[in-house]
Amino acid sequence: MNSVLKLILDGEALDTAQIGKILGLGAEAVDRELAALRKQGVLLGMRPVLNPSYESEHRVRAVIEIKIRTEGVGGFDGIAERISSFEQVESCYLMSGGYDLLVVVTADNLYKVAGFVHERLARIDGVQGTSTHFFLRAYKKDGFIVNAEGSRRDQPSVSP
Amino acid sequence: MDSSGRFVARHVATLPKSGIRDFFAIVSKMKDAVSLGIGEPDFVTPYHIREAAISSLEKGRTSYTDNRGTQQFREEISRYVAKNYGPEYDPETEILGTIGVSEALDILLRATLNPGDKVLYHEPCYVSYAPSVTLCHAEAIPIRTVSADQFALDPAALRAAWQPGCKLLVLNFPTNPTGGTADRAKLEAIAKFAIEKDLLVASDEIYSELTFEGDHVSIASLPGMRERTIFLHGFSKAFAMTGFRIGYACGPAAVIDGMLKVHQYGIMCAPIMSQEAAVEALRNGRDSMLHMRDKYRERRDFIVRRFNELGLKCHLPRGAFYAFPDITSTGMDSMTFAQKLLEQQKVAMVPGTAFGAAGAGFCRASFSTSYEKIHEAGERIARFLDTIPRR
Repeated sequence: MNSVLKLILDGEALDTAQIGKILGLGAEAVDRELAALRKQGVLLGMRPVLNPSYESEHRVRAVIEIKIRTEGVGGFDGIAERISSFEQVESCYLMSGGYDLLVVVTADNLYKVAGFVHERLARIDGVQGTSTHFFLRAYKKDGFIVNAEGSRRDQPSVSP
Repeated sequence: MDSSGRFVARHVATLPKSGIRDFFAIVSKMKDAVSLGIGEPDFVTPYHIREAAISSLEKGRTSYTDNRGTQQFREEISRYVAKNYGPEYDPETEILGTIGVSEALDILLRATLNPGDKVLYHEPCYVSYAPSVTLCHAEAIPIRTVSADQFALDPAALRAAWQPGCKLLVLNFPTNPTGGTADRAKLEAIAKFAIEKDLLVASDEIYSELTFEGDHVSIASLPGMRERTIFLHGFSKAFAMTGFRIGYACGPAAVIDGMLKVHQYGIMCAPIMSQEAAVEALRNGRDSMLHMRDKYRERRDFIVRRFNELGLKCHLPRGAFYAFPDITSTGMDSMTFAQKLLEQQKVAMVPGTAFGAAGAGFCRASFSTSYEKIHEAGERIARFLDTIPRR
């Protein structure tokens, strides 16, 4: 794997200058590498991972299971792409199992999610049914344990 | 006033405290310190291994075990050692589960040394070797290893250090704190000497999985050595299991029997849940171990390059997770350097002299820590070095 990418995926909070120093590349080379990864479509973007307790003061998040009918409406891809284009949609996946699309949405409050479901999703031709579940509490997010306070707090700071 | 000191035995009263303790006392009170002083993995024990311990508790397996360890534990050790190191040991008579290598070495010394016996060991080395020998009323004889030789043990230096009365040779490759290793040729020369002088060899191979350059060779696998070597190993480093306190000794039955006597009266047995976690590590821990090793290697390359850029000459450690830069260009001794660096920039490195006189002029920096911390330590050390005139 690309060494810059590998370092970023480790999840340490490093800026490009630090990454450059660690890899012996220099900050510009790291920026070039990142630009190339974006261009290749490997790296779609980089976002901070926020503690959901902070996030949820301002936002609600829900997953919506969507059943769809594909005849005459352009297949799964057409509908999935249409749904993905809404800005409330954080992620959208085609799934195996009891429903077809899994969509994660965020909005300012519960009513806005509800509005999105019945005004937007339900009106899309091909959407047969939805089932919406709100997130209540996060324990782990994007590989980070939430509130992982002091898991190693008894570790001595110097040991033989 | 506490006058109970008069009850403490002479050889204990005169035993110096570990140089690391003093340092730890200062660092532990300091806020915002970046510590490169931690001698253990910064990884949490891999989940599947923790789960084996949890499962052991859930099943109510909370009893004593056989003094030597469970049959299953010893059988897995036997398989693992044969596969990765060569020699085959009988789980019934030649393997003993212990509370880490620390206990294994301690009971080996107590089981084999008579008062006045002499023990050869290479320095700089792990802090407990010489004191453990002293506690057996025996004499520890250091053999100096040097940076120019990447802290490998020079067989000629071993020969020069030998004197009548030497009974045991303690080896530790890869070495804490230098990352030194010994290749087959060197080990063969050491083995030849051990046979010539009829030495028992204690080989502490706790860092062997964390060998970055070349293949690790165990001296126990060399011709004529199995019968005079006690192979000591554990789970703390390779599987990030320091808190489990679990290790083992393999060797010829009579010596293991002697160790078993000391172990059964002093310890009884290693904790059963740790033994069960260790079984899981031996069976299925290889991928996790390789993942951690790769991380250590990457961090090693960074920290060593950084020290050299900063003008602190640092050899490339071939194993373990410590860099051992030479700080003599600052004109300070190890302790002064470490203390000033800690006071002025709040970076903790362990003075090389904590690992014996041969560590003078060096400091130990653990790279078993995040890139972020290593990077920050590098910046702070650079600022520190800017304030002092260099040679």
